[in-house]
Parts: sequence; structure tokens; C-alpha cells
Amino acid sequence: MRRLILIAIPYVWLLALFLIPFVIVVKISLSDTALARPPYFPQWDWSLGWAGIKDFFAELDFENFWFLTTDDLYWKAYLSSLRIALISTLMTLLVGFPIAYGMARAPEHWRPTLMMLVILPFWTSFLIRVYSWMGILSQNGLLNALLLGIGVIDEPLIILNTDTAVYIGIVYTYLPFMILPIYAALEKLDGSLLEAAEDLGCSRLSAFWLVTVPLSKQGVIAGCFLVFIPAIGEFVIPSLLGGSETLMIGKVLYEEFFSNRDWPVASAVAVILLLILIIPIVLFQRNQQKQAEAEG
Amino acid sequence: MPQKIFAPWDDPQEKPLIRFQNVTKRFGDFTAIDSIDLDIYAREFFALLGPSGCGKTTLMRMLAGFETPSSGTILLAGQDIAPVAPNQRAVNMMFQSYALFPHLSVWDNIAFGLRREKRPKDQVAARVEEMLKLTRLTKFARRKPHQISGGQRQRVALARSLAKAPKLLLLDEPLGALDKKLREETQFELMDIQEKTGTTFVIVTHDQEEAMTVASRVAVMDEGKLMQIATPDRIYEAPNSVYVADFIGDVNIIEGKAHQVGELVQLDWAEGQPALAARTDKNLGLAQTCYLAIRPEKVSISADRPGGANALQGEIIDIAYLGNLSTYHVKLPTGHVIKAQQANTRRISRRPFTWEDKVWVSWTETAAVVLDQ
Repeated sequence: MRRLILIAIPYVWLLALFLIPFVIVVKISLSDTALARPPYFPQWDWSLGWAGIKDFFAELDFENFWFLTTDDLYWKAYLSSLRIALISTLMTLLVGFPIAYGMARAPEHWRPTLMMLVILPFWTSFLIRVYSWMGILSQNGLLNALLLGIGVIDEPLIILNTDTAVYIGIVYTYLPFMILPIYAALEKLDGSLLEAAEDLGCSRLSAFWLVTVPLSKQGVIAGCFLVFIPAIGEFVIPSLLGGSETLMIGKVLYEEFFSNRDWPVASAVAVILLLILIIPIVLFQRNQQKQAEAEG
Repeated sequence: MPQKIFAPWDDPQEKPLIRFQNVTKRFGDFTAIDSIDLDIYAREFFALLGPSGCGKTTLMRMLAGFETPSSGTILLAGQDIAPVAPNQRAVNMMFQSYALFPHLSVWDNIAFGLRREKRPKDQVAARVEEMLKLTRLTKFARRKPHQISGGQRQRVALARSLAKAPKLLLLDEPLGALDKKLREETQFELMDIQEKTGTTFVIVTHDQEEAMTVASRVAVMDEGKLMQIATPDRIYEAPNSVYVADFIGDVNIIEGKAHQVGELVQLDWAEGQPALAARTDKNLGLAQTCYLAIRPEKVSISADRPGGANALQGEIIDIAYLGNLSTYHVKLPTGHVIKAQQANTRRISRRPFTWEDKVWVSWTETAAVVLDQ
């Protein structure tokens, strides 16, 4: 009985905070928009009994999902989000791996300090940090002032309100999520493995590819997921740093909900986004499980 | 036909495989290796023995190429190896932690070094199979290192380091992680493999029994210096210093002043006690401070005063019972404690001596080694 309660706690948690809200969102996505409060139809009507339930289900349809395919704005936004998330995940990996590597190779007494420096930005509000990037990247911002001052460029660069600014913002914001799992994997790496590889005829570089990289694979995959998943639904960074051309699904979602007040279409957008994210996660987990079984 | 004894170190014609010439290694202001000269010959099983921190691992890491000497040269087959990178040396190392690649199977671990040489696939496969057979691992080829036992992991590490047929194999505390029984078995396996492959082995260990069992020669190290290099029996029977005598096995050390007549030394070791007699080929000065080292198993113990040279009376204060042997700690009136060892040839209930018995300990003139340092 006690075991059952223990197991039940996380399931109740998931049910209450994930599954039920999700079912509600799915339900809204199958409804029609209405000038009412809440702004959709049908509503569940208890007073009509069984007939009411039948009526309720009869009103639900996939119209909104169908609508998403008719306007190319949506699939363009999905694709653009995927592209931006993929590229920025890759860039975060390229920046994060060397940092994690350097941290793991640093003298032991330095590591807590370095770790602190990686986590430190979290102590300031995310929003303020993104705003401060506006100050750095704008046409008469810090970066341009610096580059003009030392004479590298003659005219200020236009970075703010472009995709570049979005990439910079995403890489900056999510870098710690990439660094920490990779660092955790690299720190566990036994230095004598690299010596053994060298002893058996590897150069430093091939020892890195044949030993360090495969042994930090789990950390790299975890880091990539931790960056990719929030990046694809990112809303604040593209709306503050991106330009009018920067199309991301998070922005579309926001517009549908708050400007257009079309909850059913917005919910449909959200459901599709969730499906897009769930598929790679499930694939990844199955792969993990298979590997674990093979190693069992 | 007399069997040829393997002793290249006694043959002045023989060229050493490895030669350390005045090698020193410093880490900051700590001297790990202090101007060492050392020759190791081909096909030897050479043991570096010493307490932790004595520099034995540093010495080995210099051979592997992970450390470079601060001064002096190391020659491998006549060539200075200082400029040769570790991945270019015909030297392989078996690591103390085994350093098996956790993401590769046993088979791939063994093949790792061979693949780096870009050998054809079938050659690699043949060599790996050969190594698997040599180390009796054929059944476990497909397993990952975490799926096999400690003893099997040890054999994988050995197979991997032998696969490239190195001129020299370095073994860093290879049996440290195994339990005693397995360790003893593995020692014989190691010797067997060393003989079969004809590879020169250099083993680092802090376990003197292990060094004595496997090695053709043993170098005893302390604080970056070589204290003595000799065959195991010479190290045991004829140590050159109190340090070596004490480090290898159990020993009674008695300090005193020497009076030498020819080969015979009389040692004044305590007020009012008869001098102790021992034979030596050393020449000691008059009243020079020196030490007698007597192994406990060479000390006999009896109830009545025995005839012969060195006999001392005392009281048994302690008995260490080891099953096959018992070590009696006999306290002399002077306060010295002499350890005497006897084989337990009788049942324990019939043991002739017990605690607080007055007994005589004695040893012959040749049993003790005279040491001057």
C-alpha cells in the first residue's frame, strides 16, 4: 500500500500538471472560436445529461488543424523555428563543448569557481539579460561603439532585429544548459584512458575523437535536447532581438492567443508544436533504452 | 647438460635494452628521481619495488613517454627516446586502473592499438584472436568491460598492451586491484605469458612478495634513489642496507660496534652481553657502527641453552600464529625484541612454547648479514 502511494505521487503530479492541461488544450484546439468568455465553443453542459455529452463531442472537429495547412504562414513558421533551433543548438554545442572541456581539464580547485561563473547569469532576470543585449547590439550600441572606436569598421553593423541577433540571444541564453551536462560527462572521464589511447598509438587529436567524444556523447545529446526544445518554442528572444522577418512559432502562438484572441487555432498550433517535439524525444528515449539493454 | 641460467646482467658483452644514464626528474622543487643509472636487459622481468611516492611510477612513466627527464638520457635499444612521442614508442603500458575503454567491447579494446597501425582487417582479427586465446578471454570477446570480472578486466588490459607486440611492456601495479588468491594465480600467469611472448616486462609494485615471485631482478627504490638492484634471492639473502633488509620481508636488526678479525666480526651490541658473531666479506673499521640483519626463520628457539655462537635468553611476549608458521616475539633483558619463526609441524595443542616462557634464541655465524648502512 505504501509502495502504491509512493508511486502514485509522481503520477498524480504528471496527471494534474501535464496531462489534464494538455487534454484541455487539445479540447480547445478541436473547438470553434466564439465571441464569448471563454472565447470558444462548445462548452461542456452538465444540465443536459447524456445528450449534452453527445452534442458536445459532435461539435468537436479538426477544422483548426485543417486551417493551419491552408495558410502557409504556419508551416513556414514551424520550419523557420526548426531551422533557427537547429542552427542555434549546433552553435551552442560548438561554443559550449570547448568551454566544458576547458572546465573539466582545469585544476581541481578552480572548477567550483568556473562552474559558478557559468551559473551566475541565472541570478539576473532572463528578460533583463535579453534587453541588455539590445543595448549591446543596437546600431549605436556598445559593440558598434567598440568596433568603430578601434577602427575595425567604418559604418555601424546592423545586428539587432536580424536573425543573427536571435542566434546570439539563443546561444547566450541556453549556453549553460549545454555546458553543464557536457561538463558532467567530461569530468567523469578518466585521464588514464587518454594516456592509454596515446600509448596504443593515437595522436592527441585521434585520442580526442576515439575516446573523449564517444564518452561524452550522452552529455552532448542531453545538452542538445536541453537547448533545442526550449529554443524551438522561444518567444521572448525573437520578439525582442529579431526583426519583422524573423518568423518563429512562439511568436505566431502569442499573436493568435493575445492579438487575434483565437484560442482554438492557437491551441492547434501548440498541439502541433508539442507533437514535433515529442517525436524526437521518444525516438531518443527508445534509443537510450535499447543501448541500456544491450549493455545491461 | 647444464641448463643455461638467464643472467644477462652478469655478462659484460650483453647490451641492455634500456639504459638510464644519470636520469633526474624534478616536479617544481620536488625531486622524484635523483640521478639514476639503471640497465634493463631484453627478455627480463624487471621489478621496480618501493613504497608509494618513491618515484617508481615516475620512472615507468618516463619509459612510456608521459614524463620527460629533467636531465640525463634514457636509451631504448641504444637510441635516446626523449624526442619520441608516446604514440611512436615500441613500448606499451598496462595501467593500474586498466584504463579499458568503457564504450568498446573486449574485442575492440584489444584491437584498438592494431587499428591505429592501419593493418589489414584480417591481420587485426587474427592477432586479436591470438591475444584472446593467450589470455583465455575468447568467450568474453563481445562483452563490454563493465560486464566482466576484475580478473578478466586485468587480462583484457594485458592482452591489449601485448597486442602490438611491444619491445617493452610496462605494468603499473597490475595486480593491485585483485584479491590475494587471484593475485597469486595471476602472478604465475603473467610469468607464463612473459616467457611465451619473450617480451621484456617492467613491473611497478609496492608488494614485495609479488616482486620476488615474478621478477628476474628487483630494484628497490626509496625517495627517488635506487637502493639495490639484484635477483630476488640476493635482495633477500644479501641486502646491502638496513633499508632494503627491512623493506623486503621480516628482519631483526641489531645495532652495535664492530671488532673484525679476518672474516669474523664480533659485535658489541649491549652493555654486559657477550658479543654476537657473524661472518662477512666487508672490511669494517675498528668500533665502526654496524648492523646485524637476521631473518626470523633463521633464528631457532629452544628451551635449553643451545651450543654454538649466538645464544640469547629472553621471554616470549607475543606469538603471531599464521597457520603454517608461528612467529615468536622474544624480549631480551636488554629490551630488544627478537622475532623467531618456526614451522608448525605439530598440532597447535602440542606447541612446545607459550606466552611468558623463558626460552633461548640462537643463530649461526653465517645466518646474520652485517650491514654498514
